[in-house]
Parts: sequence; C-alpha cells; structure tokens
Amino acid sequence: MSEVNSTFIAQESRKGEGRGSRPSAAFRARQDKAARRAFLVVTILPILLILVVAAALFARAWPILSAYGLPSLLFGKVWKPNNGQFGFLPFILGTVWVTLVGALLSVPACLLAAVYLAEYAHSRTRAMTKPILDVLAAIPPVVYGAWGLIAIVPFVDEVLAPLCDRWLGFIPLFAVNQPTGFGILAGGIVLAVMVAPLIISVAFEVFSTVPNDLRHASLAVGATQWQTIRNIVLPQAKPGIIAAIVLAASRAFGETVAVLMVVGNVPNIPTSIFDSAYPLPALIANNYGEMMSIPLYDAALLSAALVLLAVILIFNILSTLVLQRVLRRK
Amino acid sequence: MKKMKKKRFERRHLMEFFVKSIMQTALLIVAGALGLILWAVITRGLPSLTWDMVSQVPQGGYYMGKEGGILNAIIGSIYLAAGGTLLAMLLSLPIALYLKTYLGDSKWGECVRLSLDVLWGIPSIVYGAFGFALMLTLGMRASLLAGVVTLALVEFPIMTRAMDEVIRRMPADLEQAALALGSTRFEVALHVVARQTLPGITTAILLAFGRGIGDAASVLFTAGYTDRIVTSPMRPTASLPLAVFFQLGSPYPEVRERGYAAALILTVIVLLVSFGSRWLSARLAKYTIK
Repeated sequence: MSEVNSTFIAQESRKGEGRGSRPSAAFRARQDKAARRAFLVVTILPILLILVVAAALFARAWPILSAYGLPSLLFGKVWKPNNGQFGFLPFILGTVWVTLVGALLSVPACLLAAVYLAEYAHSRTRAMTKPILDVLAAIPPVVYGAWGLIAIVPFVDEVLAPLCDRWLGFIPLFAVNQPTGFGILAGGIVLAVMVAPLIISVAFEVFSTVPNDLRHASLAVGATQWQTIRNIVLPQAKPGIIAAIVLAASRAFGETVAVLMVVGNVPNIPTSIFDSAYPLPALIANNYGEMMSIPLYDAALLSAALVLLAVILIFNILSTLVLQRVLRRK
Repeated sequence: MKKMKKKRFERRHLMEFFVKSIMQTALLIVAGALGLILWAVITRGLPSLTWDMVSQVPQGGYYMGKEGGILNAIIGSIYLAAGGTLLAMLLSLPIALYLKTYLGDSKWGECVRLSLDVLWGIPSIVYGAFGFALMLTLGMRASLLAGVVTLALVEFPIMTRAMDEVIRRMPADLEQAALALGSTRFEVALHVVARQTLPGITTAILLAFGRGIGDAASVLFTAGYTDRIVTSPMRPTASLPLAVFFQLGSPYPEVRERGYAAALILTVIVLLVSFGSRWLSARLAKYTIK
C-alpha cells in the first residue's frame, strides 16, 4: 500500500517538473480574460448597491409618500403616528442643529491641529499623533455614547448650563429651558470628537498637496511661517478644506447611536443649544420595535431613512468629487 | 535667526508665536479627548466588571440587577463581525485588485472609487433600514444571517478603500517587471500585488472587523437580541454594542453600571484589534520586497 502511494507521489512530482503542468499561453490568456470579466462584474456592484439601497427604501416608503406627498412630510410639524400625523420637521431640524453645533465645535480645533501637523510638526509628533487618531476613529459609537453619559451630560448640566444661564441667558440661543444636561450641546460635543479624526486626516492630506515650491517662495521673501500659511497654503487648500468639512458634516448628520444616547429625544423644534432634540437617525432607531402595529408607521420610518440617504448622498458626492480632484494633484 | 539678523521684533513674529501655541493647544485638546474617553470608560466600567460578566449568559432577572453576564453578546458580536468581515472580503479583495491591475487611474476606476467613498459615507442606520426593508420583503425575521449580511454591507466599502489606498501606493516597478516577463494581469494581481501588499490588506481587513464589531445601528433591526448563545444562522443573536446600549437605557442603576462595564469590554476588544493589526502588519512586512 505504502509502495503504491510513494510511486504515485513520485509520478506526480515528476509530472510537475515537466512542461505538462505549465498552463499553456492560450489557457493563461483565457484565464486572464475570464478574470477581467468576473472582476468587472464585481466592480459594478458598489454602484449597483447605492441604487438598490435607494430603490428598496423608496419602494418601502412609497405608501406614505403617495398618500401624504413629500412636502407635507418634510415640513409637517406634528409627529403623532397614532393619529396618522407624520411630520418630519422637528426631527430634520434636530439633526441639523446637532450637526451644526458639532461642526462648529470641531472644525476650528481640527483645522488648527491639521495645519500644525502638516506645516509645523516634527515627523516624530506626526508619528505619535497617527495612532491617537486611529484609535479615536476606531472607538465604537456606543462607547462615545457611554462617554457622553458619564462625562459630557453631567458636564453640560453642572458646568456649562449654569455658566451660560448666568452670563448669556438673555440670548435665546443659550437659554436653559430644561436643565437636564441631555440635549443638543451634549450631542454636539460628542459628535465633535467623533468626526475629529476624519477632518484632521483629510485636511492634512489636502495641505500636503500644496506644492512646496510655493511655500519656499513665500518664505524666501521673508514671510513668517504663519504668513505663508495664511496667504499661500490656505487659499490653495480652500476647496479641499471645504470638502473635508462637508464630508464630516454628512458623517455627523447620519450618526445614530452616540447622539441618540445623549440628545434627549424630545420631538420639539429646538430654539436653544440646551434644548433636547430628536434627530432623524434616532427616530428610526428608537421606533423600529413598534412600527409594525400602526398603519404606515414602517413606511414613515423608512421614508425617514430615505430622506437621510438623499441628504447624505448629495453631501457626499459633492465633497468626494472635490476631494478626488484636489488629492489627484499630488 | 532673529539674533543673527538683528531685526526688529515685529508684530508678525508675535503672531507667529501666538498662532503656533493655539495650534498646539488644539492638537492637545484632540489628543486629550481620547485620554478623557478612555479614562471615563475605564474608571466607570472597571468597578462592575466581574468574571461573571464575560463567562455567563444573562440569568433570570439579569435586567433587574440579578446575576449573569453578557457572554451571549460577546459571542454573538464575534460571529457577526467575523461573518460580515469574511463576506465583505469576498467583494473587497477582487475590487481592490481589479482597481489596481486593470483600471489604474482610468475614468471608470475613479468612478468606482467615488461610489465606494459614497457607500462609506452612508450611515449604518440606513444600511440597517435597508436590511430591514429587505427582510420585510422576503418575510424573514431578525437573525444572525441578516445581521451578517448587513454588517458586510457596512464593512465592505471601508475595507475596499483601505485596501485600495495601500495597493495604489505599491511601486509600479514590481508590477511592470512581472508584466515584462510575460505574466498576464491576473497573475500579476494574484502573485505579485496581493503578496506584496499583504500587510496592508491584513490591516484593512482588521480595520473593517473593528468597525463591524462596534456597529450598533446596523444590527439593531437585523440581528435582533436574545439571551441565549446563538446556535443557528437563522436565529436572532445578541451583540455587544446593543448590550451596552440596552443596559445603559435601563432604569436600574446596577444594570446601567454593568452597561458601562460592557462598554469597557467592547473598548478593550476594539483596541486589541486595532493594535493587533498594527503588530501583525509589521510582522508580515518582513516578507515583502522593499
């Protein structure tokens, strides 16, 4: 038995040495062609997937879209599914408020940090910052939410709200109407940290596409580094920076769990950064359980997802197109 | 410099110093935020972290503060993320290789990259809603399988773009050398590009795994939740992010404290995956041509 086996193996290995086991050129050409076709099909999938996601949500949302019409859904102020009233306006405005507060808190600090990393920092500082940003990007949203509950909500409640109430309370934007800590500001702070790695890394790449010759020319005529940055680098990088901000805003717009945990979830139209809000993604996430029992409820929630998708697709396509152009210069 | 030139100290030099300090402060704030997050999660999670948390499934009354653990969620999450990552790999690897070897920087290649970036930007709640819409259409219930498919959709754009970034940066010499020796493009993709960029590909896969294991919004609708350890792909399964989410929403303080402990477990897993991928890709980099 073992003899038979060993001769068989010997034969096999001898065969491997000869020409027979080498695939012929024709076979390889055919293999290449087949692979090219198979790969092409796979490459169409991403584009197809975008369309399929949009189509599936649209098909599921159609019952309510045809019954109420898009404008009355988008601008309706009352959300009472039991009475058949589905107005998304409070939710849309809640999302916009949280996103704006998050962006306003995040963008200045992140751009400054990105400029520093791109223009001033020692390569050692850059090497040290990269893992920090990687970890910030890797932390799951639900952990950000937990952090919000542990640190941010009490901080807003005990420190920021009393301070603002005392000094800025006369401005409606800073009025403290419901002192709980849960609200737009808490959501915005959590979002600001969540999108920071994205803004910093994209902005850093944009800055590094600015040709060094321009910097050298400016420094050579005696400008300080900051003058060079302000007058040469920033104007060059402007389109890319705007795209980075839009990209981050669209990421913040769709963030669900972390925001949902700290934002209070009251469907009112907010007037102050301390008000509770109820963002669109939180609406979808919170209500999936009971959506089957009320007519048109599931269609309403899936049309909310459709609205979210539409806004994010527009933001994303625009910013990505700009970034692709900017980054190709490198 | 200033001493050498004996120049007047101008306002712009003060500005330079001022702006630079602001920038350093900004960077410190961002880095400090990470420290604050880790510190908060560790100090709050550690006191209620017990061995039972990671070795037991929830017993009766667990959600009212009685004993038990979240082993069901840990195992469920590992199944979900591993399944999603495997499924995503089947799509990502061919696309990333095709982008490099056949498409390069052509119009169609840019178009595919654009669509991947757009897919990356779609929030996971939308994928969750999409998965849910599909399940409604097919008459399926929440299950491990549905969760795996949805997670694969969330993960594959991340994985593909991360792979594409490393594969794109591979020097053209190697590819051209192989082509000059008469290899077909398919052989170049398989035997040269895939091997040379193996460290980067590994990082991309682990990056997507880490993203998948922490994602709550996509599995919320599709994977469901149960107190038992999942045994079949057609059954619902618990997951770690949802375990954190549900427990933190509980009215019982003991349960909430265990939610923070679960958040700590999740953070530790994600950090391990993140550092593990760094270490693994450094090791694998030994076997590439420099």
